[in-house]
Amino acid sequence: MDQKHDAPQVDAVTGYSTTGHEWDGIRELNAPLPRWWLGVFYACILWSIGYWIVYPAWPLLTDTTKGVIGYASRSEISVEMAQLKAQRAAQATGMADATPAQIKADPTLFQIAMAQGKAAFGDNCAACHGVGGVGAKGYPNLNDDDWLWGGSPAAIQQTIRHGIRVAGDNDTRVSQMPAFGRDGVLKREETVAVASHVRELAGLPTEPKADLVLGRKVFADNCAACHGAAGKGNQELGAPNLTDAISLYGMDMASLTETIANSRNGVMPGWAGRLDETTIKALTVYVHSLGGGQ
Amino acid sequence: MSAAGADPDDIPLFAASRKVYPQSVSGPFRRAKWLILFLCLGIYYLLPFLRWDRGPYLPNQAVLADIANNRFYFFFIEIWPQEVYYFTGLLILASFILFLMNAVAGRVWCGYLCPQTVWTDLFLAVERVFEGDRRERMRRDAEPWGFDTLWRKGAKHAVWLVIAWWTGGAWVLYFADAPTLVRELATFTAPLSAYVWIAILTFTTYALAGIMREQVCKYMCPWPRIQAALTDDEALNVTYRYDRGEPRVSVKQAAKLRAEGAPAGDCIDCFQCAAVCPTGIDIRDGAQVDCIQCGLCIDACDNVMTKIGRPTRLIAYDTEGNIQRRLAGLAAIYRLVRLRTLAYAALIVIVGGAMLWQLATRSTAAISVLHERSPLFVTLSDGSIRNAYAVRLLNKRPEHRPFALTVSGLPGIRIESVGVAPSADLRPVVTVDPDSSREVRVLVTVPAGVPLSPSQAITITASDLFAGETVRADDHFMAPGGQL
Ligand code: SF4
Ligand code: SF4
Repeated sequence: MDQKHDAPQVDAVTGYSTTGHEWDGIRELNAPLPRWWLGVFYACILWSIGYWIVYPAWPLLTDTTKGVIGYASRSEISVEMAQLKAQRAAQATGMADATPAQIKADPTLFQIAMAQGKAAFGDNCAACHGVGGVGAKGYPNLNDDDWLWGGSPAAIQQTIRHGIRVAGDNDTRVSQMPAFGRDGVLKREETVAVASHVRELAGLPTEPKADLVLGRKVFADNCAACHGAAGKGNQELGAPNLTDAISLYGMDMASLTETIANSRNGVMPGWAGRLDETTIKALTVYVHSLGGGQ
Repeated sequence: MSAAGADPDDIPLFAASRKVYPQSVSGPFRRAKWLILFLCLGIYYLLPFLRWDRGPYLPNQAVLADIANNRFYFFFIEIWPQEVYYFTGLLILASFILFLMNAVAGRVWCGYLCPQTVWTDLFLAVERVFEGDRRERMRRDAEPWGFDTLWRKGAKHAVWLVIAWWTGGAWVLYFADAPTLVRELATFTAPLSAYVWIAILTFTTYALAGIMREQVCKYMCPWPRIQAALTDDEALNVTYRYDRGEPRVSVKQAAKLRAEGAPAGDCIDCFQCAAVCPTGIDIRDGAQVDCIQCGLCIDACDNVMTKIGRPTRLIAYDTEGNIQRRLAGLAAIYRLVRLRTLAYAALIVIVGGAMLWQLATRSTAAISVLHERSPLFVTLSDGSIRNAYAVRLLNKRPEHRPFALTVSGLPGIRIESVGVAPSADLRPVVTVDPDSSREVRVLVTVPAGVPLSPSQAITITASDLFAGETVRADDHFMAPGGQL
């Protein structure tokens, strides 16, 4: 391409003058921009100088210039957070005076409690119980209807406040299944036999060579006191129902003999000192509403 | 303009804008423009005060953009945020209507309907009241300003500012209950944003309609560029019929030439068309991007032609094709119905029809279901399997509505909802507030013994107990899948 400069001339067709730039015989017309456009451009430059002065602008070595009005997006967040806190406090008064049952009956409070409970559950409980209270081996699924210590709002609230087997808390949930094997109470074949009987109680198949007669006797002597003669459990004592379709540690022979021989005795921290009462109430409502609440 | 031979780097790339002094004119196009102006501005300024009864729970303003509550009201139509596609549709429709107008009669939008044109017209009228018509204004600006000019200019700007302020004031009324906001504005208790918006719109109206005027169309607006690409030889445009106007000669000269049988054009070079032009151009230079096609030069020329006893419409809505035909001795043809206009019209009918159909058949309730992911399913102590769902119900009617939830797809399948009391027939009944939505946690249980694969289809249905409207959502029921 051949670019040339020559003297500006007047274009015959349009009557415009040309800029003097020419490419292969094509000349650029000069259609001048109105001067006010240029003015707007300068005004924008002036405006940006104002911006530098008013707002944080220039990067320094470790920081930036602050700007005369002291604006920071951070402070906007703090204002919004403060507003949110105030709003939550106002809602909390409604929750503070209500029982979990009353909260469930009030659609607005219920909605707030569920949201707050969900957040608190994620922060504090999900580490063991899983997201949404899904549970895992040794950590109860909170969505089902099987409760070790009771699934009423009051029972749930008590469990959250004081935990399970928390040393030094008089109100904690506590019960102790002996480690029948480790402590030498049951011999190995007795342990296997009672494990088979537990499967029998739950309606699960047992091995043909299992000594169910011995198992029944061992169960009546050692287990029925807490789990009941029919193995239906006792929530007063935290003794699980052995006959339902849900188990915390597994119903296969290996898991059962392990449980009987060494005991399990899982612990859960008490939250009374760590979470405020309103949060605990929200957690109660949330857990109760997951699906298994009684 | 630089002289030939000057250094290329010295030629001016910026030009001072030339002030335009449009002269007043009378005629059918001017009358049409006045009519449109009063209609459009009347609608704009008064519409917020129109009431429309929507019952006790919703605002009764006919046209309202309720930003705080995420609702847009237009008479009997209420738009929720998830229905913004109506606005998309409106924009598409608006473009096709613009295209069609352009294919039929050029820049109808620019010349008659554009707010820039309408407000500029109004501001020019005010200017004329205080400073007189074209000649007088030119004389005033050329002379040193005396007291008379000063007070007239002062009064003009004051009236402009009042109109501009009123324009901004009307704008904010579309975003809040108009009578309430007017009271608040008058007692200085309105929200700060209302004052800020009024200030912004006062400034823009004053600057764009009072000061910038034709500069907006010439340099800032994209539409002139788009329209240049849309027009064709068969589109009507404000056109100087040079086949009839040239050569330009005086009245006397023309009479003489015609007596001799020599050719004489009808244009007497009086520059009336250029004098009335709001963008300060001469239509006789041909179709140009700066012409907003307001038709005022047609009125101006018609008046002149009537005076000199020649046929009117030397400047007229005509097509480039017709000029060529007449020059070739053929008759003019107007082809307003052609492929292009038919296609635009068809698109308008299709898009508009689809929107109307959608609007007429849209339901006033909706359901959306989200399967709980953690856990996907729960085994209950009796061996039955339960899944949890977040169900959101939308009620677009201005009244409380109870929806009964049912589930189908598997034998013995049951539905319950946390925190919702079931009806006598054990269907959970969720009452949703007027014009709002509500989310509930729904538990669906299948009894033990029902053969289940890891995933099976189910349907959750919500039926309005009073109006009978039914909405349903398909989802899946998850199960451990055989093992156990
Ligand atoms: S008013 Fe008519 S005759 Fe006069 S200059 Fe314009 S086009 Fe020509
Ligand atoms: S040339 Fe005529 S139609 Fe075009 S803007 Fe001027 S007066 Fe209006």
